[in-house]
Amino acid sequence: MSDDKTVTTTAASSLASVASRPGAPKPNPILVADHVTRRFGGMTAVDVDHLEVQEGVITALIGPNGAGKTTLFNLLTGFDRPNTGEWSFQGNSLSGKGGAAVAKAGMVRTFQLTKALSRLTVLQNMLLASPSNPGEKLALSWLPFLWKKHEAETTEKAMEILARFKLDTKAADYAGSLSGGQRKLLEMARALMTDPTIIMLDEPMAGVNPALVQSLLHHIQALRDEGMTVLFVEHDMHAVRHISDWVVVMAEGRIVAEGPPGSVMKDQAVVDAYLGAHHDTDLGDDSLLDPAVLARLEAEEEKR
Amino acid sequence: MEEFLRILTQSAGEILAPTTAAYAMAAIGLNLHFGYTGLLNMGQAGFMLLGAYGFGITLTTGGSFWLALLVAIAAGVLFAIILGMPTLQLRGDYLAIVTISAAEIVRWFGRSTLWQQWTGGASGLQGRFYKEPFQELSFLPDGRFALGPFEYINTGSDSWWTRIVAWGLVALVVLFVWLITRSPWGRVLKGIREDEDAVRALGKNVYAYKLQALVLGGAIGALGGVIFALPAAIVPDSMGRTMTFFVWTILLLGGAATVFGPVLGSMIFFAAYMFMRTGMRALAENTGVGDFITTTNVEQIGGMLVGVTLMLLVIFRPQGIFGNKKELAFNVR
Repeated sequence: MSDDKTVTTTAASSLASVASRPGAPKPNPILVADHVTRRFGGMTAVDVDHLEVQEGVITALIGPNGAGKTTLFNLLTGFDRPNTGEWSFQGNSLSGKGGAAVAKAGMVRTFQLTKALSRLTVLQNMLLASPSNPGEKLALSWLPFLWKKHEAETTEKAMEILARFKLDTKAADYAGSLSGGQRKLLEMARALMTDPTIIMLDEPMAGVNPALVQSLLHHIQALRDEGMTVLFVEHDMHAVRHISDWVVVMAEGRIVAEGPPGSVMKDQAVVDAYLGAHHDTDLGDDSLLDPAVLARLEAEEEKR
Repeated sequence: MEEFLRILTQSAGEILAPTTAAYAMAAIGLNLHFGYTGLLNMGQAGFMLLGAYGFGITLTTGGSFWLALLVAIAAGVLFAIILGMPTLQLRGDYLAIVTISAAEIVRWFGRSTLWQQWTGGASGLQGRFYKEPFQELSFLPDGRFALGPFEYINTGSDSWWTRIVAWGLVALVVLFVWLITRSPWGRVLKGIREDEDAVRALGKNVYAYKLQALVLGGAIGALGGVIFALPAAIVPDSMGRTMTFFVWTILLLGGAATVFGPVLGSMIFFAAYMFMRTGMRALAENTGVGDFITTTNVEQIGGMLVGVTLMLLVIFRPQGIFGNKKELAFNVR
């Protein structure tokens, strides 16, 4: 446990000098996004001016419902197209690339609604994720001797990862027979099969029972300690405070705050985002009926 | 009793009939589309018709048998590419709409007078124009051969030679499909069948895989059309929507996403279909049933029963006879 502590501090220490403000530059950014906007009709779902994600740390992306977190995820991973904006990963532009190309570049995601392939077995789910399998080329697929070796190596690796997630006994079962939490684990394990540089988890804790949350958190920390970059969307604030090194807060499509998990929650912009700017205004207060007071509140709202 | 035996023999004869092989072949292609990849191809008859035309027209205009076979396959490949390129990026339902209308377009062009000199218009291409080069390839001696109650001429339209070539081709394609679907390539298809986005998120080019499956299944469908044309004529109206739905019934009866499902499905389907029709006819002729099922209605009732069978299969046994229920249930999400 003490080991964990030291690693956490080193990972976090790289962020010690970073200013706690939206769009803050990082010493070693792996993912840089600029002017990313996405509109659905008249509604602007995402309007991110500048975002940098530090390499080798766990960054949490939080915000109230409808803040645009998942939409931003979809844009960055090529599952949606932005109206404007560009972003680069490890210095290479990824804007306009499709989901498959983004994953090939080393940026692999999971989904909020788990996409374990329930009609394949757990092991087949894992093997499917192996990159550059020669047997996945149609021209070579009918000649087993060309891909048997790769398949055997991949199976070995898959069983190792499954063992780590305690799913190895389920390898031959259909993924559809797993519980919701186990599917989350499988999806994460499957993403690891691709040897990602950055893993993007969309609400990994949602619908997982508390006992499993603990082990999931450990897994995520272990990934970071192996040198992987983790970016995750989450609603569970305990989890966020517990494992993240840096927190990015979104509200109404914008990034409203950034900072270390300990202090960012106290940021006025974050409190406003979650509770509304006038959460302490008494709605039963008769002074609200006074047009002058209302005008002042509205003016405050405008400025925000 | 003798009558019953005759009906049984006639039905059993369907098991190895060339038409059965043709439908089995088309169902193998559709199996690659729907069974493994989840593509809703509602126009397999269009692929078959194009394959038949490619084969027949090449031979009528003086090409060799092998060239004709290649042209037939190329026709299927081209049709699949034209249909697949614009639609495979869209949701699955769109492919269904496009394929069913495209198959109809092919049929209407075939039966129009526009290219009558090649297609023969609505009355089609007569077999005598293209069968000769095929039958010349036969190494069987002249005469007839009887295997138990099944006696056919050695070389001719409804012959042993046609059966050997038809089922030989089916066997080759079954072997090929077995090899490619048990490979990692087949695993990607099964992943796509269930959730494209999940597969895309793992770095696979989903569009390319779908196009490969559509092209391959379409080419196999075109081969099915060639086999269908071997013992008969190429008449566009006999290769329309009904044919597509027969192929679907065969696939779902045998079991989608299985290697032998389409073949056994076709054998069972045609044996049962023949048994049903000849049985009904015999009953109508010899018993009181004839009062309300006249012999002239037998074909129509037969077609209706096929439709009912298709519905019952989809509702109660989506995995067919040989399929895996866990893998193939339609409603599990």
